[in-house]
Amino acid sequence: MEEVPHDCPGADSAQAGRGASCQGCPNQRLCASGAGATPDPAIGEIKEKMKTVKHKILVLSGKGGVGKSTFSAHLAHGLAEDENTQIALLDIDICGPSIPKIMGLEGEQVHQSGSGWSPVYVEDNLGVMSVGFLLSSPDDAVIWRGPKKNGMIKQFLRDVDWGEVDYLIVDTPPGTSDEHLSVVQYLAAAHIDGAVIITTPQEVSLQDVRKEINFCRKVKLPIIGVVENMSGFICPKCKKESQIFPPTTGGAELMCQDLEVPLLGRVPLDPLIGIQEFCNLHQSKEENLISS
Amino acid sequence: MEAAAEPGNLAGVRHIILVLSGKGGVGKSTISTELALALRHAGKKVGILDVDLCGPSIPRMLGAQGRAVHQCDRGWAPVFLDREQSISLMSVGFLLEKPDEAVVWRGPKKNALIKQFVSDVAWGELDYLVVDTPPGTSDEHMATIEALRPYQPLGALVVTTPQAVSVGDVRRELTFCRKTGLRVMGIVENMSGFTCPHCAECTSVFSRGGGEELAQLAGVPFLGSVPLDPALMRTLEEGHHFIQEFPGSPAFAALTSIAQKILDATPACLP
Repeated sequence: MEEVPHDCPGADSAQAGRGASCQGCPNQRLCASGAGATPDPAIGEIKEKMKTVKHKILVLSGKGGVGKSTFSAHLAHGLAEDENTQIALLDIDICGPSIPKIMGLEGEQVHQSGSGWSPVYVEDNLGVMSVGFLLSSPDDAVIWRGPKKNGMIKQFLRDVDWGEVDYLIVDTPPGTSDEHLSVVQYLAAAHIDGAVIITTPQEVSLQDVRKEINFCRKVKLPIIGVVENMSGFICPKCKKESQIFPPTTGGAELMCQDLEVPLLGRVPLDPLIGIQEFCNLHQSKEENLISS
Repeated sequence: MEAAAEPGNLAGVRHIILVLSGKGGVGKSTISTELALALRHAGKKVGILDVDLCGPSIPRMLGAQGRAVHQCDRGWAPVFLDREQSISLMSVGFLLEKPDEAVVWRGPKKNALIKQFVSDVAWGELDYLVVDTPPGTSDEHMATIEALRPYQPLGALVVTTPQAVSVGDVRRELTFCRKTGLRVMGIVENMSGFTCPHCAECTSVFSRGGGEELAQLAGVPFLGSVPLDPALMRTLEEGHHFIQEFPGSPAFAALTSIAQKILDATPACLP
C-alpha cells in the first residue's frame, strides 16, 4: 500500500486528485480520472465470500480496555459449545491484536492454500483469524497508517477460507476510525446482523460509547444491544461486592434507556474470569441473537 | 523533516513528554492528568495536549467540558484550568459541538488535525507539555511524533496494567518507540491492586507484576505502580474537584514519586 499525503482529501472526494495536497501523490492521476469514485470491486468479492456465513456480528466499543476481545472470545466459545454450530472469530485490531493471547493461540501461524488463508482452529468448530498470527515475534509492532490497515481488513474478509459458518464474530479496536469504517464498508453488500457494544459502568466509557452508538446510526449498522462489563467486583476473601468502576452517571442502564438501545446484560469483574458464568451468559446472548 | 525547530508556539515549551500505551483502557488519560498535576504540585507550569481524536477523555476529567476555545493572534488559546494559569489543556473535545458527536475520520484527516494541534496552540511558556495519545501504533502516533520531532521530546512514558494482554500490546509499543527514535523514559504500571473497602484485603484484580517484568525484559526503567482507587475514580468521573481531591488519594504518592523521577531525568536548561 502506498503512502498517501497527510492532507489527502480522500479518494472518493470531489477534490480527489485536484487538491493542492495531491501534488506528488503516486495516486494523483488515478484519483483525478475519477477512478476513486467507483465502488471497490472487493465489496462484490466479499459479498460472494460471505454467502457461506449466516450471521455476522461486530463487537464494538469506542472506548479501549472495556473487554471487547475478552467478550468476543467468550461469546465465540459459548456459541461453539453446540458442536453443530460453526463459529468464526475475526480480530481486526491491527495494532493491538489481543485475540491470539486470549484464545491461547500465541505463536500459531496462518497457512495458505488454493482456496485462501486457513484460519487457526482452536476447536473443530471454532476458527480464528488475527494479524497476530502473521507476526513472527511478540515484539513486532504493526506501525501502519489507515490505508494499509484497510487493505489488511479487506484481505481478511475476502481471502480467508472460512467455509460454512453460522456466526462470524468480528472483534474491533477502540475508536471510530479506519478499521470501523472499512469493515462496515466492505461488508455493506453482505449484510451485518448487528453490533454488540461493550462498556464499563463509568462515565468515561459511556462518553465514548455514546459516540459509538451515534457512529452505528450514521452508518446504519443495527445495534443488537449493549453489554456492561466489569460491573461490580466480588472480593474473593469476604465475598462482599464493591464498585471498582462506579456508575456515577447511571451506568449502561440509564444510557440504554436514554438512547433506546437494549441492555443485554452485566458481567462482573472476576480476577479468575469465571468461564462457566460467562458461558451461561452467552447461551442467553445466543438466544437474543437468533431471535433478532 | 525540518532540520531545525521553527520558532513558533512550542518555542516556549521546555520539555515534552508523550504518554503512550498501545493497549486501550490502561489509564493513559488518567495518568497524563495525574502526572501533569503532580508536576504542577512540584512548582512547574504544565500543559496537556489530548490527541485522542476519537475518544477525548481529559476535558471531563478536569471539569472543563463545554469550555470554549478562543482564537488569539498566535493561534488557539489553550483552556486554563486554574486561576494561576499553571495548568492548561487542549483537546479535540473542546471543538465538538455536541459531546456525543463521533469523530469518524480516516487517518489522513486525523493527521491534518494533529499537525494543527501541535503547531497552532499558543501554549506560551511551559515547563512541561504532557501529550496524551489514543491506543495503538498508527496515524495519530506517527503524526504526533513527526510533528513534535523538531522540538526534541524528552521521551515517552509507557503505561500498562499488570495483565499479560496489556503487556503484549505494550511490548509492541516499545518497538514503535525504538523504530521512531523516541526515548522511553520508563514504564508505569496502572491499576496495580485494589484494596477491598470492606475487609482491606488487597486483590490483584488485573493480575500482578507484568509491568515490572516487562521493564526488566525490555531494559527500560520501571517508574512505579499506581493502585486502583475508586474514590479517586469517582472524582474523575464527576470532574468537579479532581485537582483538589487528588492529593488525598493513595495514587498521589505513586504519581509524586513518578513525577520526581521525571524531574530527575530532565536535563537542566540553560536560562
